Amino acid sequence: MSEKKRIFIKGNEAISRGALAAGCTCYFGYPITPQNDIPEFLSTEMAAVNNGEFVQAESEVAAANMLLGAAAGGARAMTTSSSPGVSLMQEAISYMAGSELPGVIVNVNRGGPGLGDIGSSQGDYFQSTRGGGHGDYRTLVLAPGTCQEGYDMMIEAFDLAFKYRNPVLVLADAIVGQMKEPVTPWEPKAADNHGAEDWCIDGAKGREKRLLKSLFLEDGALAGQNRNLQSKYEAMQAEARADVFECDDAELVVVAFGSIGRIVKSTVRRLRSEGKKVGLVRPLTLYPFPSEVLRDLAKQGKRFLTIEQNCGQMVDDVRLSVRGIADSEFHGHMPGDLPGSDDFLAPIIKHLED
Amino acid sequence: MYQDVIIAGFGGQGVMLIGNLLAYAGMEAGSEVTYIPVYGPEMRGGTANCTVVISSEDIGSPIIQSPKSLIIMNQPSLDKFQPKLVDGGIQILNSSLVDAAKAEDRVTTYTVPANEIADKLGNTRMANMVALGAYVQATGCVPLEQVKDSLKSVISERYSHLIPKNAEAIQAGADHVAEQMK
Repeated sequence: MSEKKRIFIKGNEAISRGALAAGCTCYFGYPITPQNDIPEFLSTEMAAVNNGEFVQAESEVAAANMLLGAAAGGARAMTTSSSPGVSLMQEAISYMAGSELPGVIVNVNRGGPGLGDIGSSQGDYFQSTRGGGHGDYRTLVLAPGTCQEGYDMMIEAFDLAFKYRNPVLVLADAIVGQMKEPVTPWEPKAADNHGAEDWCIDGAKGREKRLLKSLFLEDGALAGQNRNLQSKYEAMQAEARADVFECDDAELVVVAFGSIGRIVKSTVRRLRSEGKKVGLVRPLTLYPFPSEVLRDLAKQGKRFLTIEQNCGQMVDDVRLSVRGIADSEFHGHMPGDLPGSDDFLAPIIKHLED
Repeated sequence: MYQDVIIAGFGGQGVMLIGNLLAYAGMEAGSEVTYIPVYGPEMRGGTANCTVVISSEDIGSPIIQSPKSLIIMNQPSLDKFQPKLVDGGIQILNSSLVDAAKAEDRVTTYTVPANEIADKLGNTRMANMVALGAYVQATGCVPLEQVKDSLKSVISERYSHLIPKNAEAIQAGADHVAEQMK
């Protein structure tokens, strides 16, 4: 890893540059705000930097199926979109999960449901962490809250995708995508595709032919595949991570992810300066969820407040994490309304003093 | 060290450009910085604005609801943002377009006739740079020379011949406020 000078870029560009550093050579996408800076950047840089392919597809459905195809060929491939577009991609993502294909999908979350608005939202938490399409499957989900994390998590996303032969979702939002911050670019070690040459479809000359599929009609085959997938998801739990801030002596622990997590950090700092015993856990992975971190805090007698820019989604996972020991209160900031750290003062104080 | 600022004006006054420039200079000076533009429906007709945070520690919220300082380029921006400015906060008013009599006593106000000064330097469109120079002088949040040095990094190559004039405009704004600070 070679350290370089800091550059001042948008989150969307950080995500793009992170993908290039990760060795991504195939991009497929269809325009939608607020992530258009990604295809704009990669439309020239994919070829210039990685000698890769950039395709503006005719639709999100097509882009996601191109991703499936490139992944089946063993390529480091990605697509990016925003909420309504990601909904359209769910069929292909389910097929990728079923046929165990590695690929990276970036969702720069905007307001919903439906076309919603182009502002920031965390309304796609359920869709992201519960699979999103049909069938029993999960995608790994990473949640950047800073531009640097946008860069770093793209490198991590490609590695995880090949390590587990599974789709990986990077769930950003309009705030992370549109803000600018200093980012320190770095180059990872040579890409490790974890033996993709042993399963990918790259021409069968001189070897047995291969078939990648998500259809299992033989007696017992689908049950076996589902057992395989479940044991893989069990193994993924080791990847759970969270950023823990000022929790040691905290009476109330706020749980918030992505851009809302960093905004809440300002609120926590202000309350700390007034002597209030409040801390913050910011999950960096949403699936697997960092349940152990929260369970350990629950065992220490902490109380919990989950804050999200949606109407209550991650709070379910917080409650599941601490079940039998504690519970979590919830404060939702409506998608469609841009949040700031002042918005969270009153709810945190209320639950601190309850 | 911690400073945050909302920069607001009409679309076309270059508020996004000076926000970028200020944040870039902050980064080059070794600080943590964030820059976030307000885009979407709010930009049409009313005010365009962006928020910059400069800090010696990692930055939480890039969105500021009670700013410590303001750069106000037009009247609607004063009406909208002055009520949100913290008590004792600092604001720079472009007195060419803003009624300085509307400034509240609970905050510190520096006025700079940015359009007139820019006119004298040869181009009204540099009013944004005059206001930024005034702001940097008033707050000291980044070295003035760092701001001028950063011009080459935020102005596209096509307009690089305008950099010396823009640096002059930044200095003129700083000089104007230095007089008021005496």
